[in-house]
Amino acid sequence: MIMPILLIVYYSFLDIHGNFTLANYQKFFTPVYLKMTLSSFWYALLITAVSLLVAYPTAFLLTRTKYKQLWLLLIILPSWINLLLKAYSFIGIFGTYGFANALLEVFGIGKKQILFTDFSFIFVSVYIFIPFMILPIFNALDKLNPSFIDASRDLGASGWTTFRRVIFPLTFDGVKSGCQVVFIPALSLFMLTRLIAGNRVITLGTAVEQHFLVTQDWGMGSTIAVFLIISMVIIMLLTGNKKRGGVG
Amino acid sequence: MTEQPIIRFENVTKQYDDDPPILDNVSFEMEKGKFYTLLGPSGCGKTTILRLISGLIEATSGKIYFKDKLINHVPANKRQVNTVFQDYALFPHLNVYENVAFGLRIRKMKNDEIDKKVREALRFVNLVGFENREIKEMSGGQRQRVAIARAIVNEPEVLLLDEPLSALDLKLRTEMQYELRELQQRLGITFVFVTHDQEEALAMSDEIFVINEGKIQQKGTPRDIYDEPINRFVANFIGESNIIKGKMIRDFLVEFDGKQFECVDQGFSPNEPVEVVIRPEDLEITTPDRGKLNVKVDTVLFRGVHYELCSYDENGNEWIIHSTKKAEIGAEIGLYFEPEAIHVMRFGETEEEFDARLESYDSYGDKDAD
Ligand SMILES: Nc1ncnc2c1ncn2[C@@H]1O[C@H](COP(=O)(O)OP(=O)(O)OP(=O)(O)O)[C@@H](O)[C@H]1O
Ligand SMILES: [Mg+2]
Repeated sequence: MIMPILLIVYYSFLDIHGNFTLANYQKFFTPVYLKMTLSSFWYALLITAVSLLVAYPTAFLLTRTKYKQLWLLLIILPSWINLLLKAYSFIGIFGTYGFANALLEVFGIGKKQILFTDFSFIFVSVYIFIPFMILPIFNALDKLNPSFIDASRDLGASGWTTFRRVIFPLTFDGVKSGCQVVFIPALSLFMLTRLIAGNRVITLGTAVEQHFLVTQDWGMGSTIAVFLIISMVIIMLLTGNKKRGGVG
Repeated sequence: MTEQPIIRFENVTKQYDDDPPILDNVSFEMEKGKFYTLLGPSGCGKTTILRLISGLIEATSGKIYFKDKLINHVPANKRQVNTVFQDYALFPHLNVYENVAFGLRIRKMKNDEIDKKVREALRFVNLVGFENREIKEMSGGQRQRVAIARAIVNEPEVLLLDEPLSALDLKLRTEMQYELRELQQRLGITFVFVTHDQEEALAMSDEIFVINEGKIQQKGTPRDIYDEPINRFVANFIGESNIIKGKMIRDFLVEFDGKQFECVDQGFSPNEPVEVVIRPEDLEITTPDRGKLNVKVDTVLFRGVHYELCSYDENGNEWIIHSTKKAEIGAEIGLYFEPEAIHVMRFGETEEEFDARLESYDSYGDKDAD
């Protein structure tokens, strides 16, 4: 676990010819890479936010259904399918002659460029990540002692107030771990950016891939990777559970 | 009873799916400012009654009134009723102060007013200085008091308490019984208290509803229920009893154990088969020649305040005796009891019939019990 990281740190101090240098780090702080960083964070944030907005109500409804474990399984199932497979099927759906455009035509809107847009990128990313958001939230909601909700109603709170003041705060740990497991991989997405966003969205993940596989500048690739790792650690620390009062 | 009842149940039934009803055609009234206890074994429907009053569940059929207003479909958050839950249900993400303030904040009260009320409620339950504690840092007894403070701070007209003392040890429990009773008298509001502990019910209540299998078996003051249980279930559930089959020869004369005894009960048909209750503490130990019944001592237990003797008569009926006198195991002893100690129960008598019978002979006046 620690060896690859040390190796990456080591590579990050080498230039393209294998000599020791700090140039990679200097280069990272140029506008090109900073913009890339910013855009990575922005897209990851967007993906996380949209996932959360969809996942929370879904998880909430799930806990209220009769066969909740079965429904949960159905939602988790797609996450076992290979990522590439899913990406390609979306290319099919969103492509010029795909299902989505056929639908738009039926509604008289006409063909649109869907593939290679921000929308399709976010949509597919959310589709791929959402099970990982639903799962911890579902677990938190499922564990929530229903008598807290009764107590809140008893004390005069409406359904919405009960959600805001009791249910959400008490399931916040689930929300946090959901955000963690979505945000961190979303930060370093690279395959999707190419396939779905058509390289319009360039994130740090894409850049790492580019440097390792295309320009063979392992040093620069590693430097970006180091920054990715550092930001992930920071995010984990920020959202980590400080082991506050137990729920239940 | 000129005052209108604060809560009235009219033929209320609660049923889940096609299961047999959990509450079966229950009717009762509760008056303002009294301490009511719902007493019954686990699963008999006590919590269900509380949840119907608080609005957390809806009745399958029947009518529930709050001060003569039909409230069947009024949601829980719109009722002037608060609950101390069986597991307290204190919010773990809020400290003691915020737990108590919860209801007031929802009502959008001003901060300084909230502060005043919360502190007053905490003083009421002797928890001054605990404002900033987390719930998990409070002991069982303290949590229970937080739960009470959180409920009474909203000044409800009815406070529902679901077995609030069951998690406490005996000493704290007795202490809290006094405190709760005193609290109810100070607040002057209606308490509906749930317990399956008969001693607790007898000690605290103005009125007890004895419940079994979704039906109210008997309602009355602790004295009434103790002295005049309506049936075997109530007699057994409220304190220990000697229950024996007998026959009512005529008014004031009952036969059991092959002998006839003078009693104070009436209103039965001649020679009606009945059940007879005699409380263990109403049996006095004497010599065999002076006893109304003679029994042989089987076991003797020291119970602190008294001895508990288990003995058998010649027909094999068991007699439990509570006495400060000790007797030797295997000894033949006589049992003496007053006519008033005998309580005769009719088979399958409903509460209404039972009350009507008691009332009918209250009006005779002369030959009175007690
Ligand atoms: N939501 C529900 N669905 C089906 N059955 C239920 C439901 N809630 C309660 N019951 C059943 O109703 C019966 C009465 O429950 P209730 O909680 O009123 O009992 P209780 O008298 O409070 O018992 P305890 O002393 O154990 O708290 C029980 O048999 C219980 O299993
Ligand atoms: Mg209960």
